Amino acid sequence: MKTIYFNKFYKSFNILSGILIIVSLVFLVFKGLNFGVDFKGGTLIELRTDKSSANITKIRDSFNQMNLGDVSVKNFGNETDFVVKFEKQNSNDPKFIDELKTKLSNSIGYVDFRRVENVGPKVSAELLRSGVIAIVLSLAAMLLYIWIRFEWQFSLGAILALFHDVIITLGVFSVFSLEINLSIVAAVLTIVGYSMNDTVVIFDRVRENLRKYADVKIFELTNISINETLSRTIITSVTTLLALLSIFIFGGEILKGFSLAMILGVIFGTYSSIYIANPVLVSLKVSQRTIVKEEKE
Amino acid sequence: MLYFSKLRVFSVLIFTLIISYFTISNFTKIDDDYFSKNIKLGLDLQGGSYLLLEIDNNPVIVQRLQSKVLELKKFFKDKNIKIRNFSIKDQSIFFDVNDIEKKEVLSLLDDDKSEINPYFQQFKSHEFDIENEDNSFKLTYSDYGLVLLKKSSLDQAIETVRRRVDEVGTNEPNILKRGNDRILVELPGLDDPGRIKSLLGKTANLTFQFVANNQEQSFGTELLQYESGDREAIVSKRIIISGDNLVDAKPTMNNQTNETVVSFSLDRVGARKFGKATSSGVGKSLAIILDGKIISSPTVQEPIVGGNGQISGDFTFQSATDLALLLRSGALPAPLNIIEERTVGPDLGKDSINAGIMSLIIGFILVVAFMFYKYRFFGLIANLALISNLFLLVGILTLFEATLTLPGIAGIILTVGMAVDANVLIFERIKEELKNENNSIVAFDSGYTKSRTTILDANITTLIAAVILFFMGSGPIKGFSITLGIGILTTLFSVYFIARLITAYYVIKNKHKEKLI
Repeated sequence: MKTIYFNKFYKSFNILSGILIIVSLVFLVFKGLNFGVDFKGGTLIELRTDKSSANITKIRDSFNQMNLGDVSVKNFGNETDFVVKFEKQNSNDPKFIDELKTKLSNSIGYVDFRRVENVGPKVSAELLRSGVIAIVLSLAAMLLYIWIRFEWQFSLGAILALFHDVIITLGVFSVFSLEINLSIVAAVLTIVGYSMNDTVVIFDRVRENLRKYADVKIFELTNISINETLSRTIITSVTTLLALLSIFIFGGEILKGFSLAMILGVIFGTYSSIYIANPVLVSLKVSQRTIVKEEKE
Repeated sequence: MLYFSKLRVFSVLIFTLIISYFTISNFTKIDDDYFSKNIKLGLDLQGGSYLLLEIDNNPVIVQRLQSKVLELKKFFKDKNIKIRNFSIKDQSIFFDVNDIEKKEVLSLLDDDKSEINPYFQQFKSHEFDIENEDNSFKLTYSDYGLVLLKKSSLDQAIETVRRRVDEVGTNEPNILKRGNDRILVELPGLDDPGRIKSLLGKTANLTFQFVANNQEQSFGTELLQYESGDREAIVSKRIIISGDNLVDAKPTMNNQTNETVVSFSLDRVGARKFGKATSSGVGKSLAIILDGKIISSPTVQEPIVGGNGQISGDFTFQSATDLALLLRSGALPAPLNIIEERTVGPDLGKDSINAGIMSLIIGFILVVAFMFYKYRFFGLIANLALISNLFLLVGILTLFEATLTLPGIAGIILTVGMAVDANVLIFERIKEELKNENNSIVAFDSGYTKSRTTILDANITTLIAAVILFFMGSGPIKGFSITLGIGILTTLFSVYFIARLITAYYVIKNKHKEKLI
């Protein structure tokens, strides 16, 4: 196979990544994330209407009259399905949901509540905290694992790549105001695993090649290693993306956010294994001595 | 090594077949508990209600402190020690003593053998923490005292919740403790939890107290609202009987008034007390009070001595049934708050299953087709490994009766996409080895050996993520971490035992062929 000179573009892609990270951080800090009821508390209702009677404006108007705080209404999948979210959560009143349903059907006709989620402020705060802990813990566990398996220069490269993927994926969610719920946390953790997996495969090859070739500079050596593992990188990304696209297109509305986050994560993860993890090795001037020294000890 | 012993081939085959059997048993109907297991569907797939209840322990603490005060008063009176100014404030008991008796009081409270403030050897802690300043004492529940209190009220509450849910008769409810003050109630198949919520939302503290007239009341009085909200009445604080005295309650029709009423029967103690009170109270109004609200206050026409009575109120048949149910199941020790509720209708669950299976089939076909396109014959081997991987994964989930959720299905599909990675790593490595090695058996062997650490590394990283999710995640997300985690194990098995076996067989048969892969 023809060699592709990935290493020629290390600098330009690092600049691009830097810009993307800064933009993501700016959005995350100033715009923030669009938390769903899991993390913000409140009520979510997925409802189905019959074809003729309802549209978003009508539904929003009738919910707005009910004094429920901030109401958001979105189409969900097809034109008869909607998702309504509002701040008020009142699960202690057993008639709360029934009353909403009666009021709504008075103004728009037939309506079926397909899903109701009601999360109190205490629970949502706990879910948010355990979500953050889960992500931090997984990053720490990955750091520990790679620190045991590789030299510190490699660990740094892999961890930077991880942060890159997580920050930019969340950045995309912030820019487009996509909803962050429990399944997104699961997606982020899986992205962390996938991105690590991808980086480790290339790093294993880099280390093997460092032993093999004493006189090749790390700049060249990373490129050789990327090329040698390239067809694996591509095939695995393609099969994973095929599976994820299938979930995204056919898996129903509930899994849309999850599969979208994963698709972004796989793309960024593949890219960062090449363009973040490897340039770190180059700038840290990793050489045969880096790994030989370690092995002597 | 490309050589496999017959025994090994045999055991791999048997293992795979047994596990696959359980996959198939999901789709067949066999009337045998051992051989027909089914994967459990999560509430998001079969529809149902998930309720998380939290006990509000504050009233319990105040109640316990009040009875503790009575205990203390009696205790010190028996010991001839004068204690003054008892009060309860901020969940603590305050009182004052005389100078001379201060030491004695302190030792009575702080001793390891203290009768009034028990010492728990296993926790190295008293039930109450004592603060003493000058002649004033302050008793507050210690951390362990509080834990014990919460534990006992949780145990009591979960029993009552179970009785109430069982009485409603839903399908296989799941009631679990969460932490030390929460109860999780899962109600499969229930798409309108309104009735259960209203049943669990009531403490169901029933008391019978006389409505106070102008005569002097030795127990004091309180002002209470009627259930209907339009009236109020002053009632005596003296409790004649309470819900604890009830042995049965059921909705019936009153023949004279044609009203729905709840008729009840009392235990012996209750019957005696009730008989005595109604004998002396003919002509008075008897307030029937539930959770601090008066249901009704009929006038006592004649003494009720048989231990049977009726509660009237503006009942419909449904509300009378519910009240009877609440009274039969007993009172909760403290109010329960519903702090999280998730309900999925059965048709949405069905839609989710269909969408999940649809995307699994399509994802699977796409991956299989791609692998065949890339590797031809070896693609077939990888695909065979993928199919057995799926059978193993679903089989193990079935065998352990794990709960399958919608994110869990997503985890299976993701496993399909990522599982081929190990075989791809091996095949690519073999291709490289074949460039410099003429003996294809050696090339295949070193392809497997050299890719092993990489494959392990790659899978361990994903496994770490799955394990953390399992411990931190809740509900549906847990389902995802289970399928993802088990998926990694079955992937490694299918790659190293099944795919490798077929590869070995093929390579040994065709070792002289050019361009094997």
